[in-house]
Amino acid sequence: MSGGAEEIGATASIAPIAIHLTVNGSPEVLEVEPRRLLVDVLREDLDLTGTKVGCDTSQCGACTIHLDGRAVKACTVLAVQADGSSVDTIEGVAAGRPVGAGLEPGLHPMQAAFVEHHGLQCGFCTPGMIMAALDLVGRSPEPDGDEVRAAIHGNFCRCTGYQSIVESIQAGAAAMRAEGAS
Amino acid sequence: MIPAPFEYERPASLDEALLRLAALATDGGTARPIAGGQSLLPLMKLRLARPERLVDIGRFEELRGVRRLGDGRVAIGALTTWSALVDDPDVMAYGLLRDSIPTIGDVQVRNRGTIGGSLAHADPASDIAAPMLALDAEIVVRSARGSRSILATELYLGPFATTLAPDELITEIRLPAGSPRFGSAYVALSHPASGYPVAGVAAVVGRTGEKGAAGGADEPWDVCAVAVTGVGETPYRATAVEAAILDGAPPLVAAAHITAGQRLLSDPYADREYRAAMAAVMAARALAAAADRAVARAV
Repeated sequence: MSGGAEEIGATASIAPIAIHLTVNGSPEVLEVEPRRLLVDVLREDLDLTGTKVGCDTSQCGACTIHLDGRAVKACTVLAVQADGSSVDTIEGVAAGRPVGAGLEPGLHPMQAAFVEHHGLQCGFCTPGMIMAALDLVGRSPEPDGDEVRAAIHGNFCRCTGYQSIVESIQAGAAAMRAEGAS
Repeated sequence: MIPAPFEYERPASLDEALLRLAALATDGGTARPIAGGQSLLPLMKLRLARPERLVDIGRFEELRGVRRLGDGRVAIGALTTWSALVDDPDVMAYGLLRDSIPTIGDVQVRNRGTIGGSLAHADPASDIAAPMLALDAEIVVRSARGSRSILATELYLGPFATTLAPDELITEIRLPAGSPRFGSAYVALSHPASGYPVAGVAAVVGRTGEKGAAGGADEPWDVCAVAVTGVGETPYRATAVEAAILDGAPPLVAAAHITAGQRLLSDPYADREYRAAMAAVMAARALAAAADRAVARAV
């Protein structure tokens, strides 16, 4: 680690680098400065503002996305590190789902479960919770309460007290199993 | 928060990366390798670290994954993520790794963070450091100049400082073969918000049977390793505790020596006195848990 007081000649601009991402299934080519964080590129360059910046210190999980299929905190990934990767955000989880059950537009079963089981109040943590929940269900289709709590250890909610989120995720997992079985 | 500007490059191969690091080391600039970035990027965002250049080593497949060597040792590629280690039965067979790795960070951090990156980061409060020290893990290091291997006890120089040269990369971590005559455990008091260990102790105890006839359950331990993280300026081996255990002292008595010879960390959450007291408690618990596992032959 270099010293905090040390000033480097850093005002000279650094050339942007071209990166290729597959975001929610669509190819994207972007020019990004190396120091830009993946979460900022998603929000500012691609207008995908469903992914939130909460603590910006890798603790709260509001910025959780899937990078090559695994949940990561997009505030602690450089966009250039994601070059060539697939990125899935909350905007993509309900893609292609028909409007139904009074929910509009179409929701993923995990999203619908959060609505039905009061898994959110202010909603700021919800995109990250859903992405963490989908990572869990991918690994463990029928998670018990302890597994759910372990899976959202890195996702903070300041409204619900978590109990309704745990219930939502288990209900969402059950709905996904039912959907898979049908 | 946005890091200070830096140049970024991603060499196509490990050999190319080693050549680049060698060239950059002689330039006198501040270049840093980056793998998962789960330790380095937070420091860069706070501008506590300001490398002028990042060399991305995160994609070398040959540094990823776990192999069992012919002699029973387990070799872990430096770029193996915590999540991959949690899923690996050969790694989870070690009690002190089963106790520590699943508690590192959170799911998202474990999906991205690597064991090699964490060791190179050399945080004095690192959950993985104590198990590595207690196991006498071997750390394989490569540079364009060649390859060498060091023991985990030879890695740490100071807080966030290692004995690695600027052109060197950790490529593999080798764990000694497990033994049914040994037991191990890791017990930590973690900060309730950050999750970092305030005092974490890893212990290995065992009977080789070399001192006695058969290594029976009532014979004294003839192998003991105790390592501590979060307490001293670097993670360390508590040799005074080890000696006391080998002399037949019970865990609670031996654990009183846990901070012998150390300069202790102190912060507003845990001052030196509290930290030392908690280190002794964690040491007694880790030794007792390791002994239980050795008797149960549960590794």
